[in-house]
Amino acid sequence: MSKKEWPLWEVFIRSKAGLNHKHVGSLRAADAEMAIDNARDVYTRRSEGISIWVVPSNQITASDPTEADALFEPANSKIYRHPTFYDVPDGISHM
Amino acid sequence: MNKELFEYVIRIADDSLILGQRLSEWCGHGPILEEDIALTNIALDLIGQATNLFEYASQIEGGDRNADQLAFLRFDREYRNLLLVEQPNGDFGDTLMRQFLFDAFRKPFFERLIACTDLQISGIAEKSLKETKYHLKHSSEWVIRLGDGTEESHNRIQNSLDSLWRYTDELFFENQVDAVLLDDFNFPKLSEIKEDWLKNVELVLDEATLAVPDNNWQFKGGREGLHSEHLGKILAEMQFMQRAYPNMEW
Amino acid sequence: MVKDLSIQELEKRFQEKIDKDIKIEPNDWMPDDYRQTLIRQISQHAHSEIVGMLPEGNWITRAPNLRRKAVLLAKVQDEAGHGLYLYSAAETLGADREETIDDLHSGKAKYSSIFNYPTLSWADMGAIGWLVDGAAIMNQVPLCRCSYGPYARAMVRVCKEESFHQRQGFEIMAHLAQGSPEQKAMAQDALNRFWWPALMMFGPNDAESKHTLQSMNWKIKRHTNDELRQQFVDVTIPQAEMIGLTIPDKDLIFNELTGHYEFGEINWDEFWNVVKGNGPCNKDRIDTRKKAKEDGAWVREAALAFADKRQKRKSA
Repeated sequence: MSKKEWPLWEVFIRSKAGLNHKHVGSLRAADAEMAIDNARDVYTRRSEGISIWVVPSNQITASDPTEADALFEPANSKIYRHPTFYDVPDGISHM
Repeated sequence: MNKELFEYVIRIADDSLILGQRLSEWCGHGPILEEDIALTNIALDLIGQATNLFEYASQIEGGDRNADQLAFLRFDREYRNLLLVEQPNGDFGDTLMRQFLFDAFRKPFFERLIACTDLQISGIAEKSLKETKYHLKHSSEWVIRLGDGTEESHNRIQNSLDSLWRYTDELFFENQVDAVLLDDFNFPKLSEIKEDWLKNVELVLDEATLAVPDNNWQFKGGREGLHSEHLGKILAEMQFMQRAYPNMEW
Repeated sequence: MVKDLSIQELEKRFQEKIDKDIKIEPNDWMPDDYRQTLIRQISQHAHSEIVGMLPEGNWITRAPNLRRKAVLLAKVQDEAGHGLYLYSAAETLGADREETIDDLHSGKAKYSSIFNYPTLSWADMGAIGWLVDGAAIMNQVPLCRCSYGPYARAMVRVCKEESFHQRQGFEIMAHLAQGSPEQKAMAQDALNRFWWPALMMFGPNDAESKHTLQSMNWKIKRHTNDELRQQFVDVTIPQAEMIGLTIPDKDLIFNELTGHYEFGEINWDEFWNVVKGNGPCNKDRIDTRKKAKEDGAWVREAALAFADKRQKRKSA
């Protein structure tokens, strides 16, 4: 059976200049340097990226899905935060 | 045609082809999926380099044979690759040590080759250098990891080094071909590269806690077409289709 | 709070989400059966990718020219990548990769039975790309809409990458079919050997398939085995005709009324035997994978030991 395994890493790729790094998946690597190399070989074979972040999976803290209502619903009623909430008379531009 | 130039290009092409062929034997058998993918990437780079170089060699020759015919239809004595690259994969440590010793040569070689006066070769060298830098990073890291890993891995990779060291002097072997071409084309002087190579190799081996072997007996012959027993078997496999079904398109 | 809800209420809400096509994510509540079914399906899928490297890997060193060699290497490498994406998806459900792999090695976990057939000629590279990848794509495209987020996202990536796999296979076959008599015979022979196993890839007939209904309700399967098999037959036969190869089925007939091909009886005895381990290559395939894992143990261990040392030096 398996002995101790290489830790799991989450991989984030910036696909081109100006865009955010985006989560693309995970992989196994013994250390951070290897995780970067492996991410390059696994997730950028088709020129998908120009920059890589790797983070040990166990270092990620996620919000609790059972608290989603409490966390995210209160924002739904604050429609005044969106520009479409406001009336702009016809003929007004640059606003 | 320029026979020496043809041979010069064939040498580089054969190194890439035979090592690429060797690495491709790993595909599906690596120690972990991530590394399987990494080794295959290197194999693909090498096959790509070989393809570019054979295409150019075919041009130099005047188009009598295309790239595939050069790659697949010569006899063993016509291959000009180093003995180092035809050595069997062995265990993962053997493969990575072979790769490291070769990459450490290829990097300074391509760096200087870019400055040559033949624009095609210079262009291929430029592209290949980028690939080689990554190969060297990858193989150096593994040599260090295995050398400074566990006792077992240390012993294994020291053994790999001991048995492969005998093929390293050939990296810098020069013959008539170099003598004729060097000045005209501003090709790298291999004896000068040796210094760079040794410096880098010693640096990595030191970090890997590995010892340079004291047995300094060295083999050569690859550059003149006199190979180890291994090449014949590599070719038997690699050339199988072209030999069994002559003159067909695939 | 969800924590206070009864199992029945949780299951009801879960099914409502599925019915509304809301994706399930790793930390969301899910029924245990859903989790287990997914782990089984995703890891079988991952194993198939990894074992599937071997029959094609068998020809990499003998590929007939430089272009074919590079293409085949890249394709088999993709399969390693796909296996990796899928194991990663299974890990989000708590299925540890190496343990999952150990289940494959012990025979507890299954993989697609097609990979237990040998690759005997270069034309088999064509037949596998064209038929086996073709069948796999039929199965996989609907899975991009599967209810489990990480699996669906892995499948999107797999399908995107896989689009070249089938084309390169068909290109090999088309080339051979237009080549010399030996090449044409080689192509026909490969089609003869891989046609029926390819049809078996979709699994048992719907009436025999024990998981289908529940999996469809959970949207981790979007079409039945027979639907997908029929779709595959309908698109593949015209392709074979176009390159002048003959489908090895004497009962094959086009039904003008339904617009579908009707095909002969699949040899289910053979199918179940291969699934049970009696295919021509079952033992070789598993032995090879086991050996790779065992031979690599010292490498994986050394990398961990070194990572430990490096960490200690950094913090020292």
